[in-house]
Amino acid sequence: MSFAWAKQYEPQSGFTKWIDEKLPLPRLVYNAIGAGYPVPRNLNYMWNFGVLAGFCLVLQIVTGVILAMHYASNTEVAFGQVEHIMRNVNWGWMMRYAHANGASFFFIVIYLHIFRGLYYSSYKAPREMIWLLGVVIFLLMMATAFMGYVLPWGQMSFWGAKVITGLFGAIPFIGEPLQVWLVGGYAPNDSTLNRFFSLHFLLPFVIAGVVILHIWALHIPGSSNPTGVEVKKESDTVPFHPYYTAKDGFGLGVFLIAFTFMVFFLPNFLGHPDNYIEANPLSTPALIVPEWYFLPFYAILRAFTADLTIPFTGIVLIEAKLLGVIAMFGSILVWFFLPWLDKSPVRSGHYRPMFKKFFWFGLIPAMLLLTYVGGAPAEEPYVLLSQIGTAYYFLHFLVILPIISQIEVPKPLPYSITEAVLGSDDVPGGTDGGGDNPQAAVKPLPA
Amino acid sequence: MTIRLAGILVGIGITAVLVLWSMVPGVINLVSGPPVEKPAYYAFKEKPHAPEGGFSFAGPVGKWDYAQLQRGYSVYKQVCSACHGLKFVAFRNLEELGYSEEQVRAEAATWNVPGIDPNTGEAVMRPALPTDYFPNPYPNNVAAAAANNNAIPPDLSLMTKARKDGSNYVYSLMSGYVDPDPEKLAAAQEKGFETPTGLYFNPWFANVNLAMPPQLYEGSITYDDGTDATVDQMAQDVAAFLTWTAEPSMIKRKQTGWAVILFLLFATGLAYMSYKQIWAGMKSKKK
Repeated sequence: MSFAWAKQYEPQSGFTKWIDEKLPLPRLVYNAIGAGYPVPRNLNYMWNFGVLAGFCLVLQIVTGVILAMHYASNTEVAFGQVEHIMRNVNWGWMMRYAHANGASFFFIVIYLHIFRGLYYSSYKAPREMIWLLGVVIFLLMMATAFMGYVLPWGQMSFWGAKVITGLFGAIPFIGEPLQVWLVGGYAPNDSTLNRFFSLHFLLPFVIAGVVILHIWALHIPGSSNPTGVEVKKESDTVPFHPYYTAKDGFGLGVFLIAFTFMVFFLPNFLGHPDNYIEANPLSTPALIVPEWYFLPFYAILRAFTADLTIPFTGIVLIEAKLLGVIAMFGSILVWFFLPWLDKSPVRSGHYRPMFKKFFWFGLIPAMLLLTYVGGAPAEEPYVLLSQIGTAYYFLHFLVILPIISQIEVPKPLPYSITEAVLGSDDVPGGTDGGGDNPQAAVKPLPA
Repeated sequence: MTIRLAGILVGIGITAVLVLWSMVPGVINLVSGPPVEKPAYYAFKEKPHAPEGGFSFAGPVGKWDYAQLQRGYSVYKQVCSACHGLKFVAFRNLEELGYSEEQVRAEAATWNVPGIDPNTGEAVMRPALPTDYFPNPYPNNVAAAAANNNAIPPDLSLMTKARKDGSNYVYSLMSGYVDPDPEKLAAAQEKGFETPTGLYFNPWFANVNLAMPPQLYEGSITYDDGTDATVDQMAQDVAAFLTWTAEPSMIKRKQTGWAVILFLLFATGLAYMSYKQIWAGMKSKKK
């Protein structure tokens, strides 16, 4: 679907007409990211991160495929093979640093993309499916990144894999056999490394598939925007090309400057020195920490320090480890329910005074706190801080959002996107059809 | 409505379990229990520091000091290599330190590496070729542990990347065998701190008791270029050399980075101008 005023693809030459008849791929591109896709004219820089996330995925696949040509997933040689890439492969060091830092930047971009969605309630109707697919992509990314970090077979690779695969052992009854089956042994070993390499190669293409669904679902209602008011008429939109291709081009440049700065000047800043020590099952590192982008979830995992027991009887209902695992997976699963937990009719946090306060002074500090304590040793006061952060995290999504969407009085919304941008709705460019349904507003323009 | 109600109940449930079972006992324990104390050796720990004047390769415009790398190599060869390997570095790589092909060939030949006698097929030691990698001084880890009071000397190829602030760490550690501060020592000994026989006190090591004895002494080697072989000088030089072994491409990386970022600044400037031009007039009311 697109708005009725969307420009139509018109092949000019005989060749493009021939292609359009046989396989209308140029038409698809034209309607997806070309002049045929009308987009709200008021998108701010926070709307750059979708395109950047797509760029990161391509970057990771390209660098990853090249690295895979020189890597070997055998515990005897994997660590040395990575050093072979760093030392003997032409520009291998650049490929590897780009891939390792590319993962970090992919997560930076995706977190900004997710938190933009949270602030502007992009998950609300009619865009629930885009959000749900996005959460699926995030889960797949986490699995991919985790398995990728195991491949260099350093100390953190091994011990990180041991801790994370050990989580499955917390599941009652089937936990331990399940864990042994998933790992291919009692501790990470050659079988583990081989299957992780195989899956680490496969999953990015699964992600690419879900990304296509994500973009497809996006093109049905069209992009959301900072006012949260739906597109009503042509003057509310501009064609994606050249307006947003130009803006995304600039955004990509800024992204690349930050990214290449890390790759060329601080390539190991986001990594961990212990991963330059070859995996040794007999020597446990002083502090096992995951990559920075998993730290909030790692903090939630470790926040539960005591078994859930029936008081005064000592009967254990749920073990602490399982509570942590449930909470960690629950902290992401809760995002699946967001469209139905937050029923405020207003989308944009800009017009929601209470929501805005809880977002900036509750959720964001809680996430930063969890990131910080996730990298700290499991001792006081970090344990207490992680418990405070975890409690707020769940209260925010499950209790605070449903309640404020009931009691909050939103600020008045602009009548239309045009009014929000130009200060008045009285401009040439489309007849107002009223209501939020873009279909109702559509009338052809006088040429 | 059902989902929101369920959400509120689940949210309160999770928080209640967390607060009542984990957090409250934790706080009670924190308030009433004995204070959490760091192990006694923490009192001695020092952060790595740079040598006076800093390393030539540090910073975004850093460069290798080839004379220093060559001196560092001679420290490695004459001191470290007795116990530590350098398995990711080949003799051919030494050309990057400014040696000629012939010098590298001659240098490699002064090392012996395991080989196979072409006539009998027996395992023998033979002079190294430029294509060979630096040999491990021990045939295996068991032999290494047996010779070193059960501590296996680690391979040094990646040492400066495998430690936080690695170049400064190696420099600080190698020049950091000092006697513990007597006051701190008395206080720590009350808490059970000691430096067992066979270990050596060094405030830059993770738990300040290190299995490696002090290796660098004033004049313990002679530099070809006539530089005074002080402990500080040798520690700097070997730290610089090990920074190179850990990442031979470091300087090329930084130089490439400048070219890439200058190009990107230019390209992004162009992208910004075209963005502004395309959007001109879109943010204000058209007349």
